Amino acid sequence: MSEALLRAEHLDVFYGDFQALTDISLEIGRGEIVAVIGANGAGKSTLLKTIAGLIAPRRGTLRFGGRPVGGLPANEVVRRGIALVPEGRRLFSSLSVEENLLIGGQLEREGHWSLERVYELFPVLEERREAPSPSLSGGQQQMVAIGRALMSNPKLLLCDEISLGLAPIVIRDIYASLPAVLEGGTSAVIVEQDIAQALKVSCRVYCLQEGRVVLAGAAGTLTREAVAAAYFGV
Amino acid sequence: MDWVNIILQGVLIGGLYAMFAAGLSLIFGVMRLVNIAHGDLIVLAAYLALVVTDAFGLNPLASLIIVVPLMAIIGYALQRLVLNRTLGADLLPPLLVTFGLSIIIQNALLEIFTADSRKLQAGSIEIDSIQLGHGLAIGTLPLIQFIVAVALIAGLQVLFYRTAFGRALRATSDDPEIARVVGTDNRHVFALAMALSLAVVAIAGVFLAVRANFDPASGPARLIFGFEAVIIGGLGSLWGTLAGGVILGVAQAIGAQINPGWQVLAGHIAFLAVLALRPEGLFPKVQ
Repeated sequence: MSEALLRAEHLDVFYGDFQALTDISLEIGRGEIVAVIGANGAGKSTLLKTIAGLIAPRRGTLRFGGRPVGGLPANEVVRRGIALVPEGRRLFSSLSVEENLLIGGQLEREGHWSLERVYELFPVLEERREAPSPSLSGGQQQMVAIGRALMSNPKLLLCDEISLGLAPIVIRDIYASLPAVLEGGTSAVIVEQDIAQALKVSCRVYCLQEGRVVLAGAAGTLTREAVAAAYFGV
Repeated sequence: MDWVNIILQGVLIGGLYAMFAAGLSLIFGVMRLVNIAHGDLIVLAAYLALVVTDAFGLNPLASLIIVVPLMAIIGYALQRLVLNRTLGADLLPPLLVTFGLSIIIQNALLEIFTADSRKLQAGSIEIDSIQLGHGLAIGTLPLIQFIVAVALIAGLQVLFYRTAFGRALRATSDDPEIARVVGTDNRHVFALAMALSLAVVAIAGVFLAVRANFDPASGPARLIFGFEAVIIGGLGSLWGTLAGGVILGVAQAIGAQINPGWQVLAGHIAFLAVLALRPEGLFPKVQ
């Protein structure tokens, strides 16, 4: 996998004295969807925040498209083509739906996505373009959060628990849109608590436990038992 | 008719207070920074205008062409080099640093310009007035000052809600971490916000200096008026800030009419009344 889009080697990440990630090595290929699963507190969100530049790793290297990105500030990382859909959606509450999307596209990176394309993907957002973002339903807010990330035309999309707090039918709709989201060769990292959902959409899986990779493999080859063992550490 | 006149004059001076307040409220809104040095920066702008008018023989209002960009540059540098380092979850460090800055500015001005009170001479425009009939007249200068204040508030409103820069300001205010994730360089945005705030301060400072005497210790009282206008109007509302300034101005004018010693006191009482009856301000941002 010399072609890897993202390559992390021996990452150690700390919050103060607390070590959240230990010796993490992973790769994301071009056009690949990789799931990162694990229990609460396993370090999944920390991993995504580190890749997105919100946390600087204390040790290890992080290369994106062959260039080091570890320790770059988040606003530089997104300029290189990594976009984060944060846990809990985190829309800008004083901005309208359309303004949230526009600010996602403020760097004007070239690519497939534009306001029109996002509205084609999620037509309901166009109907509610002027609405204040907090007035939307949870599922619609999640669409805005995904659309906002897409507006930066990322090469790598990081999705942190996009099903969190949503009704099953809404989750199904959001995941049904995923192939369209990744149209044009965007790679993705999907962090999920819902293992079945994660395995269904991804090519490969990394399972984290207490900040370490305890299991990795192609989604089809992992047995439920192996995943359960890695997940719960039994 | 006396009272109509008094209220009218109060409204016009309220424009100046709104200008004091707008920059203050902008900075608090965007980065939760309470700028204790705001009043002293107004006085600094007044002294800069004094130097510029003396050096080039300009009319004070024309000196704005130099003072506004100069203050904006000072604001950008101040934020980038000093205040950005104080921002965080804790509100106290920026408060203490701007408090220190306030003392430094006052003493530097004292050292350079002495404690003598100064005033900018704007020529005949200072005493010109417009007759409205029925014994009512309004000064040309206060009228210009009020019109500038309204234009300034309207301009800030457009900037905030109709431009990409305003969008970035609001986003950074909502969620600084996610603002970075979508590509906003917060340090730069904060510095631009401070530049904008001090550009407004420059205009306020020049009008203050044409209207009244100032000396190096005049700043803190201007800060108080600015704070009061913001709180009366309601945090986060620009038009509310203008209304707050007007209410403060009218209260002071009425107080002064009753007893000349009550001018400032009446303003404080109006402020306290709003704080007691409607602590969120008269026109809080609906969100």
